[in-house]
Amino acid sequence: MAKKETLPRQPMPEQPPEERIKNFKEVPLGYTPELAMKEASRCLQCKNPSCVKGCPVGVDIPGFIRLIREGEFAKAIRKIWEKNSLPAICGRVCPQENQCEGSCVLGKKGKPVAIGNLERFAADWEREHGTGELPPKAAPTGKKVAVVGSGPSGLTVAGDLILKGHEVTVYEAFHKGGGVLVYGIPEFRLPKDIVASELNYLERLGVKFEYNIVIGRTITVDELFKMGYDAIFIGVGAGLPRFLGIPGENLVGVYSANEYLTRSNLMKAYLFPEYDTPIAKGKNVVVIGAGNVAMDSARTALRMGAENVTIVYRRSREEMPARLAEIHHAEEEGIKFMLLTNPLRFIGDAHGRLRGMECIKMELGEPDESGRRRPIPVEGSNFEIECDLAIISVGAGANPLLAKNTPGLKLNKWGYIMVDPKTNKTYKKGVWAGGDIVTGQATVIKAAGAGRIASNSIHDYLTLGW
Amino acid sequence: MFEILRREELAGGTIILNEISAPFIAKKAKPGQFVILRATENGERIPLTMAETDPEKGTITIIYQVVGKSTALFKTLKVGDRYLDVVGPLGKPTEIEKVDGHVVCVGGGTGVAVLHPITRALKEIGNHVVAVIGARTKDMIILEDKMKEASHELFVCTDDGSYGHHGFVTDVLKDLIEKRDVRLVVTIGPVPMMKVACEITRPHKIKTIVSLNPIMVDGTGMCGCCRVNVGGETKFACVDGPEFDGHLVDFDELSARLKSYVEQEKIAYEKFKCECHA
Repeated sequence: MAKKETLPRQPMPEQPPEERIKNFKEVPLGYTPELAMKEASRCLQCKNPSCVKGCPVGVDIPGFIRLIREGEFAKAIRKIWEKNSLPAICGRVCPQENQCEGSCVLGKKGKPVAIGNLERFAADWEREHGTGELPPKAAPTGKKVAVVGSGPSGLTVAGDLILKGHEVTVYEAFHKGGGVLVYGIPEFRLPKDIVASELNYLERLGVKFEYNIVIGRTITVDELFKMGYDAIFIGVGAGLPRFLGIPGENLVGVYSANEYLTRSNLMKAYLFPEYDTPIAKGKNVVVIGAGNVAMDSARTALRMGAENVTIVYRRSREEMPARLAEIHHAEEEGIKFMLLTNPLRFIGDAHGRLRGMECIKMELGEPDESGRRRPIPVEGSNFEIECDLAIISVGAGANPLLAKNTPGLKLNKWGYIMVDPKTNKTYKKGVWAGGDIVTGQATVIKAAGAGRIASNSIHDYLTLGW
Repeated sequence: MFEILRREELAGGTIILNEISAPFIAKKAKPGQFVILRATENGERIPLTMAETDPEKGTITIIYQVVGKSTALFKTLKVGDRYLDVVGPLGKPTEIEKVDGHVVCVGGGTGVAVLHPITRALKEIGNHVVAVIGARTKDMIILEDKMKEASHELFVCTDDGSYGHHGFVTDVLKDLIEKRDVRLVVTIGPVPMMKVACEITRPHKIKTIVSLNPIMVDGTGMCGCCRVNVGGETKFACVDGPEFDGHLVDFDELSARLKSYVEQEKIAYEKFKCECHA
């Protein structure tokens, strides 16, 4: 036991900052089999593993780590697949520090097992060297399920229910599948061929994907029932960008993070003019907000050739909602942080283009309803900063498009779909919902976890009744 | 899906008509709504308001002017070719209402294509509809016969006087307002034209509807690229529009936003022309 504790956590090799800011390639390079086996050997194989309880989809973590330790990589990925259809994605973007790794007993005294890195390793190994052999599927039930939205919650539902023998069709409004995984998360954090490969895995299992269909516009939820679906899962994401509501917000050069990232990620504007979609190249870029999406926006702007990229955040470092790893990567790459600063207005030139931003300094007062100390403006501390590109990344709200056209759903006061949290059933018979359209903006794995709750309930419904 | 079943060149090949197979969209679409199209894997998402739909045939018709790389690329598609992606119907349909006086429908350029189904619907509901269409010169006038059929009276204008009334559509609008009891104006076309039309109707307090075409990405309210200032409030043209009360729209801001990518548009178009010649 003592010997295992002395072996340090194996870091994953990364592209050095000065190199990676010039490309969009993935930053962490992945474990070699040797590194993976070494890291796997650190796992204590607890009888009553707390890491599994920390995982929203309940992956048998000691189980797959043991298989990696033994060099049984093909078996390791199949162990993960029993509970998680998206391991290459979750291994990369889950906030493991708050979940599995946060619960690892090794973390009490030293550093937890790098569960995320190992999950990623198993998935990457399968993609690069695996047999492609699929997990076993239950006999066909003859039941049909429609999944609305191809983000992490929808893909989880699709993956779970196809294995249980149901027919599954995923409807996606965009021309490409993956939802936030393709439009939101940049290539350097989650390569798009990995998302494509996870989608391909689901297709090989028999999941059908229908693109360019906006449920609520092209086809309504009620029409899906008429088309013969027995159950419908709604996982359309939050999808309504929040703006600041300050003067000058519509100047040319002011973007929502959703727009900036969709242009860059989904439409590949970073490859303009090889790809047709344009994007503004800023010299002095400000990103307003300090969540993961803000870090993604800032690091994208840097790779697009910006000279200065500054995160402007109204609270202090401790309240920044981004993952520590993301903040660390951003700092390594030279992103500046202007904390306790709030924008007051955007300033334009004669042509309606952004040239600056007026800000005010903030100080922290008493905690607010979120439990974080409320930022209060410091009177008279106004100042201007020069910028030609501003990316507003202060979260997203509920996109009303689907709900407005779906009678029978109940929404809360923010417009999110109300569900029974035990089953993720909505108030409309035969309809479930999960992910950001229920909880508000959260994480990939929380959405996947919501999908898991719904898929269990859908399976019960299809086999036992509502 | 998305096969081009009919293709016509209008206005000397500068404006193209495509009738596209899109059964789901055709079944749902109403006048005033738009689709977003993409021709190739590397392509941009281009929003275009539908000019016609045929639910029985399962087709939609778009009419677009060749103004840059993407529309030039669309122009190369022949009958039998397919668009890679067509998504819709997006946006709110036009509110077709019966008013007590005359309705004037004012269209310029390809705006006439969008105006046509609205004009027809306004006539069908029982309004007296006067249509005014215009273009720079005679050869650029489109859908004259269709607009004649869709309205009770049609005025045609050309900037250079080569056909019909010599002057702008807005001159005719001004004249009509003085002589008739105009209660509703619908105007669709270039931003400067819509802006002038709104300034003409404003002192008379005549309700004026405009259809806007800002730059868009997703078309479902997700990105906020198409935001417009309407009466001091930010609206998303893709879900709150594309039609708005013209008296409330900040046209100057819209014009500036439409010029967001002029540099890149030039680069892309030049590159496309070079590749085509090579």
